[in-house]
Amino acid sequence: MSNNPPVISVRDLVVGFGAATVLDRASIDVFEGEILGFVGGSGAGKSVLMRAIIGLLPKRHGTVEVFGSDLAALNQRERRAIEQRWGVLFQQGALFSSLTALQNVQFPMREYLRLSPRLMDEIALAKLEMVGLSADVRGKYPAELSGGMIKRVALARALALDPDIVFLDEPTSGLDPIGAAEFDELIRTLQRTLGLSVFMVTHDLDSLHAVCDRIAVLSAGQVIASGPIEAMLASEHPWLRSYFGGKRGRPVQRRDARPTQH
Amino acid sequence: MSAGSLTATAEGDYVALAASGAWTAERAAELERIIEETSRRHAGARRVDIDLARIERLDTFGAWLIERLQRTFATRGSAANITGLSDSDRALMEELRLVNQVRLPKRAATNSILRTLDSVGRGVADIGGSFVLVVQLFGALMLAALGTIAHPTRLRFTSIVHHLERVGWRAVPIILLSTFMIGAILAQQGIFRFRTFGADMYVVDMITVLVLREVGVLIVCVMVAGRSGSAYTAEIGSMKMREEIDALRTMGLDPVEVLVLPRVIALVLAVPMLTFLGSMAALYGAGLVCWLYGGMAPQIYLERLREAIWLPTFEVGMIKAPFMALTIGLVACTEGFEVDGSAASLGLKTTASVVKSIFLVIALDGVFAMFFAGIGM
Repeated sequence: MSNNPPVISVRDLVVGFGAATVLDRASIDVFEGEILGFVGGSGAGKSVLMRAIIGLLPKRHGTVEVFGSDLAALNQRERRAIEQRWGVLFQQGALFSSLTALQNVQFPMREYLRLSPRLMDEIALAKLEMVGLSADVRGKYPAELSGGMIKRVALARALALDPDIVFLDEPTSGLDPIGAAEFDELIRTLQRTLGLSVFMVTHDLDSLHAVCDRIAVLSAGQVIASGPIEAMLASEHPWLRSYFGGKRGRPVQRRDARPTQH
Repeated sequence: MSAGSLTATAEGDYVALAASGAWTAERAAELERIIEETSRRHAGARRVDIDLARIERLDTFGAWLIERLQRTFATRGSAANITGLSDSDRALMEELRLVNQVRLPKRAATNSILRTLDSVGRGVADIGGSFVLVVQLFGALMLAALGTIAHPTRLRFTSIVHHLERVGWRAVPIILLSTFMIGAILAQQGIFRFRTFGADMYVVDMITVLVLREVGVLIVCVMVAGRSGSAYTAEIGSMKMREEIDALRTMGLDPVEVLVLPRVIALVLAVPMLTFLGSMAALYGAGLVCWLYGGMAPQIYLERLREAIWLPTFEVGMIKAPFMALTIGLVACTEGFEVDGSAASLGLKTTASVVKSIFLVIALDGVFAMFFAGIGM
């Protein structure tokens, strides 16, 4: 995977609020066509890093390069062009509550593309079906959808413009284990079908194991390690050992120890 | 990357289509026109080949358009084969073969007269429905009030004081300012008109009746509906949106007792006080204008005032105030409970709350006018 060029390249990023420094010279790469799982303790600043990359939070120092261009050096128009090439799935879905599921998916298309109503309906329905929803949800408002459905509609919206990169902020949080496993599967399928690069903030050890090509670990404001899961499990770093070796980590290791048994 | 295009070579009932360039979202509108035109032009084709070998970039938009082209030919009974598909695009094309298979029911076309009648009918039914909801909440409120009379410890005294501070105390400056100005304006207009037939003195009588009976309480109620009624609706509405009201219910608490009762009690106490203060401010403003603009000495103004104020005039205004407060509180809380999940409905219900309570306050004022005329006050 790492033979591919990086689509996102973060160097020495410093982000803070007031006197507190959340990220202290964090560096990370996301390579084309990989699923990067991004882990760290609660409050370690995983979401902060994601938000700093997509420009929702100001940075104090460092560079963020996306598709090889430094975001800080771009003008408004060039930035727009880059923004159209990524999609973001927020933790709570962040669907527009006054629009139906179908209108939510169509929203970015309406803004950026001049499409006929028929094509827009067809594409939006196609996206809803691709994320595993039936056409019946199209007229429903977010308040009428379950948590899992909201995540799927939000994913369909993130994919509306056929982005090259998708940012997922805890995509499986709040889903039951079966729903979470299905969602992992879905991300994997979509990543293969659409050739996406995925940046996934997660806490879910099963997700890390099932879909991530590479894992990056954030601790004390820095990315302390990155690599495939096997490398993480083998690491001697105390934080990594307690994260993957703790009570919740054991099933992952056990499964890893007996890969042939299915 | 070259722009997406489709070239056709026809031979009798056989057509070879070759797609090339970028079939992506940015070009989707143009590509849609191209495939529509192509399928129209070759409507008679029996065998169709679609060659995708020269496509440089394919995303969901382009892939769907090719899928649609193929389906258009298929529904006409002509077989369309896709060739030259690269391995990376195969998964995408296969995914899209599965979507949009269900024919969506076409929405039945209705004529505009029926639609208008329909919306008028629904509107009338809604008015009835919302009246029923207000009455329901009134009933629930009375039950909760009875419950707290039976168990006085259940009355949320702290909450009442908190709301009293918000809707009463903090409203005092703006209420004083606006009623002061209304009083001054009424006096100026009165003096200006009455002077032409030498009846300056009677301005005081007019102002007294207007301010104490009608304008004082109405202005206060309009301000309170806009200031506090809207806040009540927004608060209860956003609590409803975040399931906080359901949380209260599951803890065995009655939302009406916890949320509505203290708010309504606070309003019922605050509005008469504000009405009194507002009326005084209006009389003060009127006196100031009579002195500075009408040349009436303050002593004479006070003298006239003493003669003109008849106790029932003052009582009428004060009796109306708590009833109007109750109306505002009930409408505001009812609308709050009616908010559903969306941000738009919160805005809609807050607007409805203010509009309805102002309208009802004015309607109630009319009823009171007839009532007091009936009993000779």
